Amino acid sequence: MANLIKTKRGLNIPINGRAIEMIGTSTLPKEFALIPEYYHGVTPKLLVKEGDEVKAGSPVFYEKQFPGMNFVSPVSGKIKSINRGERRRIISVIIESDEKMTYEIFEKSNLSALTAADVISKLQLAGLWSFIKQRPYDVIADPTKTPKAIFISAFDSAPLAPNNDYVMSAQMADFQTGIDALAKIAKIHLGIRAGKKSPFQLVKNVELTEYDGPHPVGNVGIQINHLNPVNKGEVVWTVNPQDVLFFGRFFNKNVVDLSRTIALTGPCIKSPQYYQTVVGANIENLVQGKIKSCPSHRFIAGNVLSGIKVAGNGFLDPYATQITVLEEGNNIYELVGWGMPRFRKFSMSGTYFTALFESKLIKKLFGNMKYKWDTRLMGGKRAIIMSGEYDKVLPMDIYPEFLFKAMIAGNIDKMEALGAYEIAPEDVALCEFVCTSKLPLQQIVRNSLDLMKKELE
Amino acid sequence: MSNKLRQFVDKLKPHFKKGGKFEKLHSVFDGFETFLFVPNTTSKNGTHIHDAIDSKRTMIMVVVALIPALLFGMFNVGYQHYLAIGQDVSFWETFVFGALAVLPIVVVSYVVGLGIEFIVAQIKGHEIQEGFLVTGFLIPLIVPVDTPLWMIAVATAFAVIFAKEVFGGTGMNIFNVALVTRAFLFFAYPTFMSGDSVWVRTSTTFGLGAGTAVDSYSGATALGQVATAATQNVQLTGITGNPIGFWDGFIGLIPGSVGETSVIAILIGAAILLLTKIASWKTMFSVFAGGALMALVFNNFGPDTAAAHFPWYSHLVFGGFAFGAVFMATDPVTSARTEKGKWIYGVLIGAMAIIIRVLNPGYPEGMMLAILLMNIFAPLIDYYVVEANIKRRLKRAGNK
Repeated sequence: MANLIKTKRGLNIPINGRAIEMIGTSTLPKEFALIPEYYHGVTPKLLVKEGDEVKAGSPVFYEKQFPGMNFVSPVSGKIKSINRGERRRIISVIIESDEKMTYEIFEKSNLSALTAADVISKLQLAGLWSFIKQRPYDVIADPTKTPKAIFISAFDSAPLAPNNDYVMSAQMADFQTGIDALAKIAKIHLGIRAGKKSPFQLVKNVELTEYDGPHPVGNVGIQINHLNPVNKGEVVWTVNPQDVLFFGRFFNKNVVDLSRTIALTGPCIKSPQYYQTVVGANIENLVQGKIKSCPSHRFIAGNVLSGIKVAGNGFLDPYATQITVLEEGNNIYELVGWGMPRFRKFSMSGTYFTALFESKLIKKLFGNMKYKWDTRLMGGKRAIIMSGEYDKVLPMDIYPEFLFKAMIAGNIDKMEALGAYEIAPEDVALCEFVCTSKLPLQQIVRNSLDLMKKELE
Repeated sequence: MSNKLRQFVDKLKPHFKKGGKFEKLHSVFDGFETFLFVPNTTSKNGTHIHDAIDSKRTMIMVVVALIPALLFGMFNVGYQHYLAIGQDVSFWETFVFGALAVLPIVVVSYVVGLGIEFIVAQIKGHEIQEGFLVTGFLIPLIVPVDTPLWMIAVATAFAVIFAKEVFGGTGMNIFNVALVTRAFLFFAYPTFMSGDSVWVRTSTTFGLGAGTAVDSYSGATALGQVATAATQNVQLTGITGNPIGFWDGFIGLIPGSVGETSVIAILIGAAILLLTKIASWKTMFSVFAGGALMALVFNNFGPDTAAAHFPWYSHLVFGGFAFGAVFMATDPVTSARTEKGKWIYGVLIGAMAIIIRVLNPGYPEGMMLAILLMNIFAPLIDYYVVEANIKRRLKRAGNK
């Protein structure tokens, strides 16, 4: 029987537009992109020029600090354009697909005979390394450091998140191979949702832990904090479960197959469901014709809490397993919002009727309340006034307010002492959501982790 | 209506932007615009949706919670007045007298405080922050009704500038601004503020309620009587010499600062604050618990004074204890901010208030000083709570 960890603190945001378990028909787009900014902290060195032919798995650029660490094309075709910004920084590499999907064939390998070092160098060469991240700092893992453990959370508890049990149940063989490869490097902790039958229960070569509680319990950061927290000088690696499939396919078939199933979700989607696509795809033909008419839309690669804002014809973030579309709301003017009842607005505080609508009795009698969501901050930025708000949604042994204050002040010693090594921006997304003072906490955490990395490494 | 208003605001807006005619007033304009309309700024990155709460909503809820105390206070001011001059008038006449006596204090407090806030916001180029909405409402409730308006103006200005703006504005202050106002009045004009003559208005208000005080009149508050009592057991009296007890203190038709007398009105406010989850029940509860505990200790082992033997339950309903526990101690900015810290903070406020009441004959009421004192200690309490977390983290790292 797996270990069971229950968390109480957190919040499941009632937003509608969850994907039904069905895969819709869609065609792959013409354009794909590699956007260095999506791989936080990477300094790309180009290996191609405009007009070059590439296959799926051909290297496009590598990381300056680790020359073996490639970033590869997800499809076959040719390099359409390389867009640069200020000081010739690479903004994006656009690849035009030839729609044939020819794969680069890698050297065949017998997994059981490989050492940890072999696995690490092969994954780097194949451009799959970028899917392994590390704590501290929440960046792509440093391949020269040995982690004390690898953490994978098999379920995603974020709002409208895809159901990994459904998405991956047919691909468990690839998942197992991916796990077997990673297990050569360090012990793997796999987190699953308690009390639910899941294909992940049968995965071997891992230590299973069951988790129960509201979001962010599915965040790997929370699971690390409960099981084996990161101390100073230690490194833990994390991988998204869907990305383990890439590793599995690589060792099973010797190709880099970056196709994945993503959930198209959100209140502005007519019929939310799953679609087949490939990492880095242009989302235009995926969302076209599937959105409800609103004055303006916000397209998010990822979930509403920590996803990345993209244009309607933008490209998928390589880590994203869902697209969320909701109303932008920048043309809404609500009169005296501070005094109105605002029935369709959600709040964790008691200043709206939310607590009433979310009570079991009302839900039983009248069903679920459909709240109206848009991307407004709903207030002005202030100094931190309320206390205890952040603690209610961060199930970690950390004092978030004090950590954020240390971060705002740029006090690295304090950040270190208060647990900055254990935290990633996505873990504090709910703190940012409930913040009365509307502080950009994820950005604050991101900047501080970058500062720490720069100063301490 | 809303559309017309929006168009009007949009038309005015360019004048207050940089380069516009009224560029200097842009903070004020911003303040009014966000007061009328929820700002439509959208998130750029990070969390794409936000909880509907903001600091305006929070502050307004506190003001709503204070309204019962204000309304009761207005009625009580009128009630005490007509009791003092021995006239029997209708409910509405009583209330109107009180309202007319209290409203000028509210107006002065808001005009002075908000005026300073507006000017500072403009100088710093900030948005106008709504913290003073609550402070400005608290001030009239914690002063005696006969405090001259100019004193309130001076005290408010002092508190807003030196207790708040010099520290950086709303959210940055160390001391509760309303209590600093009260403390300023208390220490700057002691002869005026600590006597028995300010608690009940015996003169007229805007020509209303003419008459002379009855012979048996005495304006001493309950705690004032306790502090000056010669014997250990004191029989409290109302302003006309009628005996009063626990329930009079609970209902609140007794002399005192405008909003502090009625525990019922305060408890309604407490219910609002707790239901909206704005105030911490931990702080509130522990202030009462700390006060009761300390008073019990004095009741049993205290010196032979009336204050020490004033029953513990009476300590909680007379004076500013309940008001302080519900509205002042729970101010999130100046209170302890960790959950464990809130327990310690609350208990110490309660206990300290009773200690000052009992052991310091100079101050019949200890709540204000207790809270201000614990405001200083709140960061220290938090420091030790957080330090324990840091130690735990270091120990964990060392154990490997």
